[in-house]
Amino acid sequence: MKVRQISVFLENRKGRLYEVCSLLGEAEINIRALTIAETESFGVLRMVVNKPAAAIDLFRKHHITANLTDVVAVEVPDKPGGLAEVLKVLSNENMNVEYMYGFVEKFSEKALLVFRFDDPERACKVLASAGINVVGEKEILSL
Amino acid sequence: MIWNEEIETMPLENLKNLQSERLVNLVHYVYEHSPFYRQKLDETGVSPSDIRGIEDINKLPFTTKLDLRDHYPFGLFSLPRREAVEIHVSSGTTGNPTVVGYTRDDLKLWSEVMARSLCCAGAKPGDLLQNAFGYGLFTGGLGFHYGALAMGLTVIPCSAGQTKRQLKIMQDFKPDILSCTPSYCLYMADEAKEMGLDTRQGSWRIGIFGAEPWSTSMQKEIEEIWNMTATDIYGMSEIIGPGVAQECTYKQGLHLFSDVFYPEVIDPDSDKPVPEGQDGELVITTLTKQAIPLLRYRTRDVVNMTTQPCPCGRTSPRTSKIKGRTDDMIVVRGVNVFPSQIEGVLLGIEGTHPHYQLVIDRQAHKLDEVEILVEVDEKIFSDEMKQMRMLEQKIKKEIEGVLSIGVTVKLVEPKTIQRSEGKASRVVDKRVL
Repeated sequence: MKVRQISVFLENRKGRLYEVCSLLGEAEINIRALTIAETESFGVLRMVVNKPAAAIDLFRKHHITANLTDVVAVEVPDKPGGLAEVLKVLSNENMNVEYMYGFVEKFSEKALLVFRFDDPERACKVLASAGINVVGEKEILSL
Repeated sequence: MIWNEEIETMPLENLKNLQSERLVNLVHYVYEHSPFYRQKLDETGVSPSDIRGIEDINKLPFTTKLDLRDHYPFGLFSLPRREAVEIHVSSGTTGNPTVVGYTRDDLKLWSEVMARSLCCAGAKPGDLLQNAFGYGLFTGGLGFHYGALAMGLTVIPCSAGQTKRQLKIMQDFKPDILSCTPSYCLYMADEAKEMGLDTRQGSWRIGIFGAEPWSTSMQKEIEEIWNMTATDIYGMSEIIGPGVAQECTYKQGLHLFSDVFYPEVIDPDSDKPVPEGQDGELVITTLTKQAIPLLRYRTRDVVNMTTQPCPCGRTSPRTSKIKGRTDDMIVVRGVNVFPSQIEGVLLGIEGTHPHYQLVIDRQAHKLDEVEILVEVDEKIFSDEMKQMRMLEQKIKKEIEGVLSIGVTVKLVEPKTIQRSEGKASRVVDKRVL
């Protein structure tokens, strides 16, 4: 039930994010979810796109450092305390969230979040057994 | 004042006889005492009896920094280690540092050439010397110290750093002479201005600066700011430390003490001598050292030399300021840096071979700054920020450990480091030297 995330290494300089995004645009690759973490000199752009394999090839061709990481897409009730419920399940199982961010679109009435775990397989099992809906890549790509 | 009038003003013909006699003795000495040189001379097919005078020096093989590294730590010593009374260490090209040793007589020699250097710069017995060269494994601090003791100065062994304290000592003790790296002298000027001091009223009459390349314009700037005479000193630990050559107050080149350090200037490609006045690589033979005498040591420093008379009366040939290097060594804050050292660290960290570049810059009146750009490829890239920061920190720490100077590390995108003919240029030196 894992989803492939693309991570891209970017220097903190003007116009760089635009250049990367327009590369994707020209290749008709759609960004579904995105977040950036940064220091004063560089940043890491993480995103879920509709064509991950094509995106990686595209970046390699343009000498942009990128890799694929398995993340978990989780449906979270869109109400006060919704995220806390999910985090409680993880916390009870001693699962650490490296980072997380939200999808642009919703898959259902619920909010859709991306979670990065050390052990995504185990996270999927833990969440599923608690009745929390983990969304697979197929469904994400059809968004 | 000339410290050793007899030697320093000796007619060149007599000097040549002295050098000849010393070279003949030296070759016999190393052949008897050093397994390294015995083998090297045998391989070259030169017997000590082939060397009859200084004109035969070009029959002898060269010695390189690589030889020192390959025989780490004491393999190039001509005497057992216990015969040495002091040991110094400087950075090597890769891996092992360069180790040199001194017998009691070697220390006497060092004191002698440093006493000559101090006098050459204008020092007089009784003057107060503020020695702000680092004391320790680096030869700068102790070399000046020994020379000062030998010629009768009062020495304040400040060592490098603690700038506020340096300035307080300058104000309170009124030292006549300052010795340090030229960039540290300018750095102190900035600090002094911030403290509201009038640098032109500073007590230093004479400055002796070295251990890093510096331009004549920087020399003029220092003289203007501090209202002093700034002179240039040359040396390296392999030969003795500071005290190989020193500028006199006429500033027409650095007098090289050729009665003990015999200089040649050669074309680094053909290994043949270049005509007087032409640029070439300085090669030095230590004529009288005991612990680690060196035959024809390739300094990799590019200079030119003159034997024209100097108004000061010293007859020894004079070298120009260092005009460059024949290898990729750079000197930062008095520390020798080889790009190969950075390469070794990066290789050790991730087992990969990322492209990197050293950028050295010197803002006006500031110390040299070293920035190391490392291209992030897929092997070292992680989506996790903490991994990336750890990588950055690890590279920084390990490089600082190897170079013993502070650096900043910047992770950059692939292909951002300029490549010429497919090869990345490893060093960008933005300093105006």
